Amino acid sequence: MLGISPSMALRFEVLARHNRARASRLTLPHYEALTPLFMPVGTQGTIKGLTNDQLEDLDCQIILGNTYHLALRPGADLLDTIGGLHKFMNWPRALLTDSGGFQMVSLLHLADITEEGVTFQSPVDGKPMLLTPEDSIQIQNKIGADIIMALDDVVKTTTTGPRVEEAMYRTLRWIDRCIAAHSRPHEQNLFGIVQGGLDPQLRDICLEGLVARNLPGYAIGGLAGGEGKDAFWRVVAQCTAGLPEDKPRYVMGIGFPLDIVVCTALGADMYDCVYPTRTARFGSALVSEGVLRLTHAAMATDYRPLDSSCTCMVCKRYTRAYLHTLVTKEAMGSQLVSYHNISHMMQLSRNLHSSILEGRFPDIHGGS
Amino acid sequence: MEFVVRTWSAGARLGSMQLAAGVQMETPTLLLLTRKGLPAFIPPDLLQNLHPDARACQVSPLHFLDSPSASIVETAGGLHKFVSMTGFGMVALARDSLMDESNGEASSKLGAAFETTSGRRVVGPAKYMEIVNACKPDLWVSLPDEVPTWAAEKRNRLSVDRTLQWLDHCLSLQPAERGNRCLGVVVGSASLDERIRSAEQTATRNVVGFSLGGFGLGEDASQRALQMDAVIAKLPKEKLRHTSGLGLPEEVLQAVEAGVDVFDSIYPFMLTKGGYAMTFPLNMENSPGNLDTQPSASELAYIGSDSAKMNLRSVAYRLDKSPLVVGCKCYTCQRHTRAYIHHLINTHEMLSQTLLEIHNTYHYLEFFKAIRDAIKADKFLAFRNWFTSTRKETRVHSPASKSPTLVLH
Repeated sequence: MLGISPSMALRFEVLARHNRARASRLTLPHYEALTPLFMPVGTQGTIKGLTNDQLEDLDCQIILGNTYHLALRPGADLLDTIGGLHKFMNWPRALLTDSGGFQMVSLLHLADITEEGVTFQSPVDGKPMLLTPEDSIQIQNKIGADIIMALDDVVKTTTTGPRVEEAMYRTLRWIDRCIAAHSRPHEQNLFGIVQGGLDPQLRDICLEGLVARNLPGYAIGGLAGGEGKDAFWRVVAQCTAGLPEDKPRYVMGIGFPLDIVVCTALGADMYDCVYPTRTARFGSALVSEGVLRLTHAAMATDYRPLDSSCTCMVCKRYTRAYLHTLVTKEAMGSQLVSYHNISHMMQLSRNLHSSILEGRFPDIHGGS
Repeated sequence: MEFVVRTWSAGARLGSMQLAAGVQMETPTLLLLTRKGLPAFIPPDLLQNLHPDARACQVSPLHFLDSPSASIVETAGGLHKFVSMTGFGMVALARDSLMDESNGEASSKLGAAFETTSGRRVVGPAKYMEIVNACKPDLWVSLPDEVPTWAAEKRNRLSVDRTLQWLDHCLSLQPAERGNRCLGVVVGSASLDERIRSAEQTATRNVVGFSLGGFGLGEDASQRALQMDAVIAKLPKEKLRHTSGLGLPEEVLQAVEAGVDVFDSIYPFMLTKGGYAMTFPLNMENSPGNLDTQPSASELAYIGSDSAKMNLRSVAYRLDKSPLVVGCKCYTCQRHTRAYIHHLINTHEMLSQTLLEIHNTYHYLEFFKAIRDAIKADKFLAFRNWFTSTRKETRVHSPASKSPTLVLH
C-alpha cells in the first residue's frame, strides 16, 4: 500500500535531554551509535587517505557514501555482487548513503528535475539519463547502507517563487515512490527529507506529510546553501519542533563546529559535511580557537601542536612547523591534517553527547 | 653504531647492526624511503606495526634545503623529534632517486647538483653537513660527486678526487660529541681502476662503513657485478656496506652476493605510484607449487602484470575478492581485496597509495628476510638460483589451450 512505511531497522533511545538538546543511542544494523554525532564523508567508499583502523581509532560511527559516485564507480551491480559496500570497504560500523540527487544537480551539466526524476547527461558518454526515485532506492538497496535517503527535489535556499513550493510537494510525492521501491526495509532505514526552502508554511506542510509516513528517521534538507544564519536557525528550529521526539533528526551538509552546536541545542542529532576533510587538504586545521591556516608563513616556526587540547595522534606527535612543510605538497600532509580534523569533529560529537548526558551542555559553548 | 658480521654463505654475509639504542637490525636489510622524514603514504601509527623489520629509514638532506630548513630542524631538536620517528633508525644520504638522478653535469667544485622541488640546487660539503648536523641521523653517507657510466674518463677521475675531498671536508665538520657515523662513498663509475682507487683511498679514512655509489644509474648488470666485486675486495671486511639505487629483486640478490649489507630503494614506492602490488614469490617453500592454478606469464602480460607485480588498474581485478598476495600477513592483505584496491586506484583515491605502500614495503621486507634465512642456512646460492629461475620461466601454450584468460574469481 503506497504511503505508509511502518518498517524500521533502527532503535532510537533518548538517554538525556537539556531543553531541546538530546543525547541518544541510535542502534543500527551494523553499529550502536551515540548521538549527537558527526558523519565524515567517504564519497567513493573511502575517507581520503585514512584506513579503517584509523577511522575506528578516531571513533567514527557512521560514514557517508555518495550514491552518485558509487553508482558510477564501482557500480551498484558490482557492489551487489560483492555483497554490499560494507563488505567492499570492509567497514564494520555503520554507513549512510545519500540519494544521488543533490550531486547530480550540483555536479552535472544540463541536469534538470521533472516529475519523473532527475534528468542529466551521463558523465561517461553524454547520453541523456534519468534518475527516478525508484532508481535511487534500488541503487541504495544494492549498496546496502544502514541508512538510505529518499530522493528529494532540492532547491537552493536562495531560490524564491513557485519553484520552492513545487519542489516541496514533489518531495512528498516522491517519498511515496521511494517507500514503495524500498526492498529492504528491515535492513535499511529510509529517511525522508524535509524541504520547503525558507518558507515556514511550506516547511510545515512537508513536515506534516513526512511525519504521517512514519519513517524511521528524518533529515532537514535544503539548507547550508547560502542562506543567512538567522534564516538557517529558524528553519532548523521549526523542523525539529515539528519532527517526532522519538526518531533521529539529521541536518544535512553541516560541518562548521558552531553550526553543529547550535543545531544540537535546537534538537538535531546527526550531521555530515565534506568541510573537515576538504579543508584539511587545503592545509587548514580545525582547532578549539577556530581554523588554523597551516600554509601561513608564521607556521614555519611555530613549534606548538595544532591544538593544545587535542589528544589525537597528530597533536601528540607533530608541530605546526612540520605540518606547514607538508600541507598542499605531500600526501602525508593531507593525511595527517585530515586525521586531526576528523578527530576534532568526533571529539566535538563526544563532548555534545556526554555534556547533555551529564547535564552540562551549556558549558561547552559558553552558555546561551 | 655497531656492526658485526655473523656468518656467510658464498659472498653473502649476515650481520647485526645497531643503529641506535633499541634499533637492532639483522642485515642484509632495507631502509625505508622517506620524503621530508616520513614515508610517502604511511603515517607513524600505521608504520609502527607495518613489519618487524621496518625499523630504519633513509632521509635525504636535500629535502631540508627550504621547507623545513636546517635551522628549523635544529630548533626542533633534530629530525627524529621533528618528524616523530624516535626509536626508528635514520640514515642520511644525498641521493634523492625520486627526482632526476644526478648526472654530474651541473656539479662543480662548489658542490654536487641536484634536482629538487625548488629547482636545481648545488650543495657543497658545508651546506650538506649543516643539514646533517641539524638532523642528527644515526648514520650519514658523505656527499659524493656521482657520475653515470658514460662519463668521460677525465670527468670520472675528477669525480673520484672530488668525492674524496668532500668526504674529508664532511668528516671535519662532524661534531666530535656525536661520535663517528660516517659512511664514505666509493665512486668511479665504469672504470675498474678508478673504482679501485676510490675504494682504497676511502678505506684509509676514519669511517664506520662505506656506501657504494654510482649504481642504479643505467649501468649494465654484469658491469655492476664486476665493479662491486672490485670495490668490495678493497674494503675492510668488518665494516658496513650500503648501496642506493637498486630495486629489482635480482639486483638486490646480486649486490648481496657481492657483500652489500644495507639497501635503500625506490622500488616499492615506484610500484605503489604505478598502481602495482609487489607479488614475486618469496621463498622456495611458499612458491606456487601447482603452476596450473597460477596465471601464466602471457595471461599476466595481457593485463599488464608480470611475475613480480600485479597491475591493479586492470579490470581483471574488479570483482577479485582475494587479497593482493594470498597468504601475505600485511595490514592491506589482511583487511582488503584486490577489487577494493582496484576501485581506489580507478577513482584516484589516496587510500590506494597508503594500502599499496604498506603491502609493497612489507613484501620487500619479507624478501630481505628470505635472503637472511637463506644465508643462515648456508643456502644463499640455492636461493638465488631458485629465484632467478622462477623469473625466467615461461609457459608454453599448447595449440589446444584456450586463449589467455583474465584472472577473475
